[in-house]
Amino acid sequence: MGGFRQGVEASVPALRRYARALTRDAELADDLVQDTLVRALRAEHLFHGGDIRSWLYTILTNLNRNRLRALARRPTMMAIDDNDAPDMAGPEAGGRDIERALATLVEDQRTALLLVVLEGLTYREVAEVQGVPIGTVMSRLARARMQIKDYLDGRRPPLRRVK
Amino acid sequence: MIDRDSPVTTDELHAYVDDMLPPDRRPAVEAWLATHPDDAAHVAQWRAQAEAIRAHYGAVAEEPTPDRFDLDRLAVGGRPWRAVALAGIAAALIGCVVGWLAHGASAGAPSAFEQFTAEALNAHKVYVVEVRHPIEVQAGEDHLLPWLSRRVGANLRAPNLESYSLKLMGGRLLPGLNGPAAMFMYETPAGERYTFYCSRSNTARTALRYNAAGDAAAVLWVEGDIGYVVSGPAERNRLLDIAQTAYQQMEARVPTRATENLPIARRGS
Repeated sequence: MGGFRQGVEASVPALRRYARALTRDAELADDLVQDTLVRALRAEHLFHGGDIRSWLYTILTNLNRNRLRALARRPTMMAIDDNDAPDMAGPEAGGRDIERALATLVEDQRTALLLVVLEGLTYREVAEVQGVPIGTVMSRLARARMQIKDYLDGRRPPLRRVK
Repeated sequence: MIDRDSPVTTDELHAYVDDMLPPDRRPAVEAWLATHPDDAAHVAQWRAQAEAIRAHYGAVAEEPTPDRFDLDRLAVGGRPWRAVALAGIAAALIGCVVGWLAHGASAGAPSAFEQFTAEALNAHKVYVVEVRHPIEVQAGEDHLLPWLSRRVGANLRAPNLESYSLKLMGGRLLPGLNGPAAMFMYETPAGERYTFYCSRSNTARTALRYNAAGDAAAVLWVEGDIGYVVSGPAERNRLLDIAQTAYQQMEARVPTRATENLPIARRGS
C-alpha cells in the first residue's frame, strides 16, 4: 500500500494549511495534523479507495469538532484586543481582519468555507466531509460569507462596546 | 436577494465565485450580474474574502514539512503516538522551544496546552521557593494519594524518581483550569526542587512537550483525560529524562477514564 502512504504524505502541507486556518493557532494546528496522521495510519485498513485527501480532511474536521466540544466545557479567556474593532491600517491589517472575521463564524460554517475557498473541495466533497446534504453546505457557505462581510463592514454583534 | 423563480439562484452565485458553475450557466449568471448591481457587489465581496483567506493562509502549505510529521516515525508501534513521544523529543525540543519563545510575539490566544503548562509552571514557581510550607501533606502520610486522587478525580500516583536523586517530599491541592489539580514536589540532596503536576485536561493526547520560561522549564503530556506537567530548573536534557521516566511509569497503568465519577476504590490502602 505504498500508494496510501504516498497519498497521506502528499496531503500534509494542505492539511497544515487547513488546520492553521481552522484553529488560527500554529501549534494547535500542527497537533491536530499529527493526530490526524496517526489516526489515518492506524485506520489504513478502513480506507477503501476514493480520495485520500477528502478522507483526511474528514478526520481532521472531526478531531477539531471534538476538541471544541471539550473546550466548550470550560471557560476560556480572551484577550481584550480580540474584541476590539478591526484594524484600520498597517501592512498586516488585512490578514488580521480576515483572521478575526473567521473567528466569529460558527464552526460548521468556518469549516465549509475553508474547505471550499482554501482547499478547493467541491460542494459535494464538503458535504461528504461534513456528513450533511449539499443544501446544508450551501447555506453554511452563504451564512459564513454574510457574517464575514458584516464583520468587515463593522456591523458587529450588539455585545460590542457596552458602555 | 434573488427570488425562487428568478433565472439565477443564490447557489449559482456562490458556484460562480467558487468556479463550480457548469459552463453552460455562465452566460446567464454573467448577464444577471450585469443588470443586478447588488448581487454583483456580493459576488465581488465573496471573491475578495476568498482571496484574503488564501493570501493569509496559503503560504502554510509552502513551508517545509516539520520532522514531526514523518510518517515512518508516526507509524511505529501499536500506538504510534507513543513512539512519537519517545522518539520525537528532539523535534519537540526544537518545535516547542521555538513555539514557546515565539509565543510572546504571536497574536493568537494561548493554546490549551500552553495555558495548562503555564498554570503548572506558575504553581511550581510559587511553591518551590517556599521554605516552611512547600507542601501540604508529607510523602509519608497514607492519605496523600487517596486524597489528591479523589479531588482530581483520577487514580493518581507520584512517580518514583529516585534514580535522579529526587526524593518525594509530599503534595498539595491546587485550583486548576478544569478543576482541582495535584502537585507533588521532589527534592535533590542539594535542595533542587522539581514538581509533578496532574489535573484534568480537555485537550487531545499529546507527545512530550518542552517549554522553558526563564529559569524554570516544564514538560507536558496528556494521556487519557489527565494532563501531566513535570517542572524544574531549565536544564533541557535532565528535565526531559525525568519527564520521560515519569511518563513511562504513568503509562504502565490503566487509563484513568474508567475512574471518572467513581470514588477511588481502595482508599487508604
